[in-house]
Amino acid sequence: MTRSIDHGADPNTPTADELRKMTPEEAMIAGAESQGVRIVHRRDRFPIRGTKAEKRAERAVAACFLIAALAGVGFIVAFIALPWKWHLPGTPQNFRVYTPALGGLMAALLLFMGVGLVLWAKWLIPEEEAIQDRHDEESSAEEKLMTEATLVSGLADTGLPRRGVIMTSLLLAGGALATVPLVALVGGMLKKPGDQLLHTLFEPNKELFPETDGRVPLVLQDWRQIGPNDLDPGGIATVFPGVREEVNGYNGLTSASSPTLLIRLRPGQEVRSRKGQAEYGWPKKSPEYVAYSKICTHAGCPASLYEQQTSRLLCPCHQSQFEVLLDAKPVFGPATRSLPKLPIDLVTGTDGNQYFVARSDYQEPIGPGFWERR
Amino acid sequence: MTATRVPPARRGDKPRTPQGKAAKWVDDRLNIAGPMRAQLNKVFPDHWSFMMGEIALYSFIILLLTGTYLTFFFDPSMAEVTYHGTYVPMDGIRMSQAYKTTLDISFDVRGGLIIRQIHHWAALLFVAAMLIHMCRVFFTGAFRKPRELNWLIGLTLILLGIIEGFVGYSLPDDLLSGTGLRIADAIVLSIPVIGTWLAFLIFGGNFPGEVIIGRFYIAHVLLIPGILLALIGAHLALLVRQKHTQFAAPGRTESTVSGERIFPTYAAKAGGFFFIVFAALAALGGFAQINPVWLFGPYEPRSVSSGSQPDWYMMFLDGSTRLFPSWEIRLWHHTVPPLFWPTVVLPGILTTLAAAYPFIEAKMTKDTRKHHLLQRPRDAPVRTSLGAMALTFYMVLFLSGGNDLIAHAFDISLNAMTWGGRIALLVLPPIAYAFAYRVCLGLQRHDREVLEHGLETGIIHVLPTGEFIEVHQPLGPVDEHGHGQLTYSGTPVPKRMGQLGAISPLRHVRGFFYPVKEKPEIQAELDEMDGLTGRSSAAAVQGGEAPTSDENRRHQLTD
Repeated sequence: MTRSIDHGADPNTPTADELRKMTPEEAMIAGAESQGVRIVHRRDRFPIRGTKAEKRAERAVAACFLIAALAGVGFIVAFIALPWKWHLPGTPQNFRVYTPALGGLMAALLLFMGVGLVLWAKWLIPEEEAIQDRHDEESSAEEKLMTEATLVSGLADTGLPRRGVIMTSLLLAGGALATVPLVALVGGMLKKPGDQLLHTLFEPNKELFPETDGRVPLVLQDWRQIGPNDLDPGGIATVFPGVREEVNGYNGLTSASSPTLLIRLRPGQEVRSRKGQAEYGWPKKSPEYVAYSKICTHAGCPASLYEQQTSRLLCPCHQSQFEVLLDAKPVFGPATRSLPKLPIDLVTGTDGNQYFVARSDYQEPIGPGFWERR
Repeated sequence: MTATRVPPARRGDKPRTPQGKAAKWVDDRLNIAGPMRAQLNKVFPDHWSFMMGEIALYSFIILLLTGTYLTFFFDPSMAEVTYHGTYVPMDGIRMSQAYKTTLDISFDVRGGLIIRQIHHWAALLFVAAMLIHMCRVFFTGAFRKPRELNWLIGLTLILLGIIEGFVGYSLPDDLLSGTGLRIADAIVLSIPVIGTWLAFLIFGGNFPGEVIIGRFYIAHVLLIPGILLALIGAHLALLVRQKHTQFAAPGRTESTVSGERIFPTYAAKAGGFFFIVFAALAALGGFAQINPVWLFGPYEPRSVSSGSQPDWYMMFLDGSTRLFPSWEIRLWHHTVPPLFWPTVVLPGILTTLAAAYPFIEAKMTKDTRKHHLLQRPRDAPVRTSLGAMALTFYMVLFLSGGNDLIAHAFDISLNAMTWGGRIALLVLPPIAYAFAYRVCLGLQRHDREVLEHGLETGIIHVLPTGEFIEVHQPLGPVDEHGHGQLTYSGTPVPKRMGQLGAISPLRHVRGFFYPVKEKPEIQAELDEMDGLTGRSSAAAVQGGEAPTSDENRRHQLTD
């Protein structure tokens, strides 16, 4: 059984000789027809050539393209001629028209190009409605049977169904083939987390800080040590471990687990500490200064909005709220764990200045939760 | 073969027209005259809702064009440099090379800012158009057999588009995107068993590491666009193979598709539409500032700004994360953090449901037939209501992603917004279901009513009994009781006299400035055309074939 490619072919498709005698339009219709596309309605938009209406439509379309061309020229001129370098406020700000001018001219170029094309199609190209067969019938029974037989016979030729040994070994080889690139890729990218999530750079280090018995000083963003007088009552400061050396690629300022909030409570405020954390602040008895990790225990954003009046820390990412007076316990939002508290102490330096140090590292992992976390 | 039958020219087998010569040159090498003609003559149906997919396709093309431009200037390196560029407020600030080159594109490359902004706007439009296209496909039942495969490809495209967008806006390494990356790290960490290792694998160590921007870059410019391109190709190939769906209308059947041929009409329209979409994006890129990274500053783990929202397509995840209660599982010295449920499990469930929907619906309705004619949403009330429910769910999540902004703008308590979102997420979707279902049924009933009793004309008659009746205009032939004989066939039913064509709504606009009048010969020709094609039921009505409804109404009353 033979079938032509155009299975919708009309047996009445004209011959080449007949086609040669036709106008292009007639031959086009015949060609469409031969492939199952019937043009059921076709009308010249302007059956009488050269009417005023036709000229008007033609002019409008041409005007669109002309405006597009002009906008293009305008774009090039603007691109070259307009001032575009940024200047400080107070100096001429005329560079601010540059991007809008480019955008406007580019939009005009594109818009009139597009509108011109659409109007051309809607106003000038002959109106028509064509109907095409979907040829969505199922394949014939013969086709399906023959294809099925080909598949069955092909598989039988390989002998796989009865050669179990080959089948099994092939599956093994295929499995290896799929796994090897994965292992190579993952193996190359794998990094052992180790205890990196469990510790921060506040971990005491006797080599770096012998004068404080290894305890890490709290420093500000500019490595300045921070003392009690650097904060007003009710004030907070973001502090970091004063470790300038890089550990695992980060120093005290760049490590994402470093940022810590040092809070000076207002007189009369008292933190109801969690079990075992009562003496983490300074002074140990009824502390005035407390330090919590700034990294939200929910998704790791800095929980940096401190409402002094309500003594709450708010994370701007998902609005977890931590009550400082309850030892930074989450009181609203999706966070489940308190912000870890840093045990701090005050030492006097060789120059006589007092500054805060971390007595030890955080006693629990900081930041968002993870599987291995207890 | 048929190929030889194609008339390349009018005389002889030597083509004379330039088109014929070009076609012959190609055909001599590829033997393609027949298939090529089939493509030129391919028929596409026209409907405004079919343009959503087009917008998505064109945005993607624009993304490829502008994105390629940006790669000439962007350096995806996390190496620390000191800025000394044109933007003086940043002078002397330490930042990554990626952030610096983004600033350079914005300030030191002539015309770089507008391309960057067009690229970003196009990304937003790309995902938006895909999502609206998906809604169109869903609500009209275009996903039904035989198009389930294309539904799945489309869904994959949306997911990949969202990932591509997130990866893309992470590249500048500014404070906002860095915060997003930090959250992404926390999301990966939250996955049970493998999370920690996976996070360290992706970031090449503890967050933020030094490789993530480089890895995201190659994913953003090669891997994901490559897959997107291949899938878009497959999506379109299936569309061509299966031919486009169309709405039911007189003369349209399941076995045909009607509209305009690609060459020249449809090609001109679609090409024109590409330029119009591009124009809209160029205007946005020129006039509407987007992602001004120089205002955010470079990323540092200690800083964040309030009101930090991701790009819109990530907002629903932000919302789900904000609304999810603080539930954490602690078992056998292990933790499943609360972040896991709204950011990993929930999107997984949503995706699975969307992917399975065509098969679920086919199973529930026991419908194994092929469908090429689209349904009006009202005609599939259960599906429409499910869609309304899903969209409501999505909208609550989406708005909750910006609930801090809403709270700020309307001076509402943030906690109230969160609780409101939690309650709305559970309560509103069922209400939306019930509401949409009722609306569908109401619309169905009204269609039937108009078909049976005709259109309200607004003309009131007083009967001799003193009773008032409104004259109804039947849409077609009526029986002796004055009841319409037309049955509903899935096509829009005119609801106002103006929709019968007697008074087109456009004429009101035209007639606003000067009186409407057609030239007599044009009007005559139009009437003739209408009569020939029988496309306008109004013509038949005006022709007086149907008895006036007034009479019928009296018949009915006397029965």
